[in-house]
Amino acid sequence: MEDKEKKQDSLYVKLIPYFEKYGILLLLVIMILVMHILQPDVFLSWRNVTNVFKQISWQSMLALGVFMVIVTAGIDLSVGSIMMLSLMILAIVAKAGAPWFIVVLVPLFAGFLCGLINGLGITLLRMPHPFIMTLGTLYIFRGTGNLISGGTPISGFTDEVRYLGHGRIDLTWLGLEKSQYLPVSLVLIAVVYFVFWVFLNHSRTGKWIYAIGGNPSAARASGINVNKILIIVYSLCGFLSGIGALILAGRTDSGYPNAGLQSELDAIAACIIGGASFFGGRGTVLGVFAGVMIMGILRNGLNLMDVSSFWQQVLIGSIIVLAVYVDVLRRDFGTRK
Amino acid sequence: MTSTNKLLLEAKGITKYFGTITALENVNLKVHEGECLGVVGDNGAGKSTLMKVLSGLYKPSAGALFFEGKEHVLDSPKDSQNLGLEMVYQDLALAGNLPIGENIFLGREPTKNIGFLKFLDFKKIQEMTSAHLEKLKINVKSADQKVEELSGGQRQAVAIARSTAFNAKVVIMDEPTAALAIKEVGKVLDLINKLKSTGVGVIVISHRMDDIFTVCDRVMALFQGTNFAESQLDKTSRDEVIGWIMGKK
Repeated sequence: MEDKEKKQDSLYVKLIPYFEKYGILLLLVIMILVMHILQPDVFLSWRNVTNVFKQISWQSMLALGVFMVIVTAGIDLSVGSIMMLSLMILAIVAKAGAPWFIVVLVPLFAGFLCGLINGLGITLLRMPHPFIMTLGTLYIFRGTGNLISGGTPISGFTDEVRYLGHGRIDLTWLGLEKSQYLPVSLVLIAVVYFVFWVFLNHSRTGKWIYAIGGNPSAARASGINVNKILIIVYSLCGFLSGIGALILAGRTDSGYPNAGLQSELDAIAACIIGGASFFGGRGTVLGVFAGVMIMGILRNGLNLMDVSSFWQQVLIGSIIVLAVYVDVLRRDFGTRK
Repeated sequence: MTSTNKLLLEAKGITKYFGTITALENVNLKVHEGECLGVVGDNGAGKSTLMKVLSGLYKPSAGALFFEGKEHVLDSPKDSQNLGLEMVYQDLALAGNLPIGENIFLGREPTKNIGFLKFLDFKKIQEMTSAHLEKLKINVKSADQKVEELSGGQRQAVAIARSTAFNAKVVIMDEPTAALAIKEVGKVLDLINKLKSTGVGVIVISHRMDDIFTVCDRVMALFQGTNFAESQLDKTSRDEVIGWIMGKK
C-alpha cells in the first residue's frame, strides 16, 4: 500500500518539471481547440491566423524585452513609451527625407539608447527599484515623443520602411493561393525569439541574467559584474521596443501620439501568463511567446464572437490571476522550504 | 604540522572603517598549506568584515594582503578567485533557480566556440561537475538538479564544491554548519578535513566550538575588531576560547 503511494508520488514529482516547462503550451493548445470549436469556419482560416500574428507582432517584441528584465527581478514600465518615442523619431527622420536604411535603423538605435538610459539610471543613480526609474522614463519618453512631433500624427512611409510590419512573403510557388501569404512580421517574430532563446539559454551572459534573478548576491560573489549585465538587459529591452516601433510603423503607416499606450502592462501580463516569476530567475522564452499568443488569441477569438471588449479586459485579468495562482501551487509542490 | 608548511595567506594590519564605525583595527591573520584556522568572535566582532576583505568584496581602509609571499591588492572577488582564494558565504551564495553544475561554474562557465560565437558547454559542465562531486564524495541525484531542491547540508556541500572546483589554495568558510541539521554537520566537517588533506588552507569562521575543535589546527579570536588571542588548538581548551569570545583572558 505504502509502496503504491510512493510510486504515485514519484510519478507526480517526475511530471512536475514537464508541467513547468510545457504546461503553458498545453493551455495554448486547449484555447486554440476551444476557439476552433466555437468558430469552426473562421478561427483557423489562413486569413485569421495570419491576422493574429500580425496583431501580436509588436507586442511580442515588448513582451520579450520586459521578460528579460523580469528574469533579473526587475521591471520595465517604459517600453510602451520607448516604442512611441522611437516611432516618432522614425516618422520625423522619414519625413525629413532620409534614405530608407537610415529610417529603418533609427528606431532601433533610439530604443537602445532609451533602454541604456534606464539601465544607467538604475545602476549608476542607484534607484531603489527599477519600477521608479522606468516609471519616470515612462513619462519622460512619451513627453519627449510629443514634444518633437508636436503631439500630432505623422503619416506616410516608403514600402522599404514598412516591409517588416506590412510585408508579405508570397507562397504561390508552393501551390497556395495569392491570399495565402506569410506575413514578414511572423518571420521576424520567429527569428527574434530564436536569437534571444539562444542568447538566454546558451550564452554566459544569458546564464548570468538568470543567476542575477535567482540570487544577486551569489552572482556578485561569483565575480559577475551585476551592474554591467543589468545595463545590457535594459538596453536590449529598449532595442526590442525599437523593433516594435519599426513593426508598428509598417502596420499603421503612421507615427501617432497614442502608440503603445498601456502596452507595457500587456507586455508584463504576457510574461506573467507565460510563467515568468516576478521574483526573478524563472521563466522561458517559449513561455513568453505562449503568453503573447494566449492574449492575442483571446482578443481575436472574442472579437470574432462579437464579445464586448470590456469582457476581454475581465477575462485577461482573470487569466493573469489564475496563471499566477497555478505558479504558487507549483512552487508549493516543487521546492523545499 | 602547521608552522612548518608553506605560508599561503597573510593579512597584515587590516583596518576597515564604515563611515565613523571602526569594524576592524590592525588585524593580522595567517594561514598555511593544509592548515585549518578557526576564527571566533562575538556578533559584531568583525569576523565577516575580515572575510569580505580577504575575498576582495571590501577594500581595506589600511593594511595589506600577502598571498604566497607577494602583496596583492584585490579589487573584486574575481581577483581573489584568480589567486586561488575562494569564499563560502554564510548565505551560501548559490542561485536556487540554477542546477548544481551551473552554480559550481557560475561566472566561470566553460564555453565552446561555434564560429565567432561562444556557447555554454553544458556537456563539459555536467562531466566536470560529476567528476568533482565524485572526488569530494558528495552525493546528489544528478548534477542537473536545481539547488532549491536540495537540503541545507547538500547546499552547503555544493557551496564547498563550488569553492574548490578551480584548484583553490585557500578556502574561507563563513559559519559552514550554522544552518544545518545535526546529522549533516558531520558530513560538512568531513569535507573540510578532506580539503585539508589535499593541501588546501582553510579558514573557518564559526560560533560552534564543536566545529572548531573537530577540524581546526589553530584558533584566533577577534574582539571588537581587533586581534584578541590566538593559540594552537592543542594548547587551549573550549572554556578558554569561549572566554576569548566574551573578551576575557
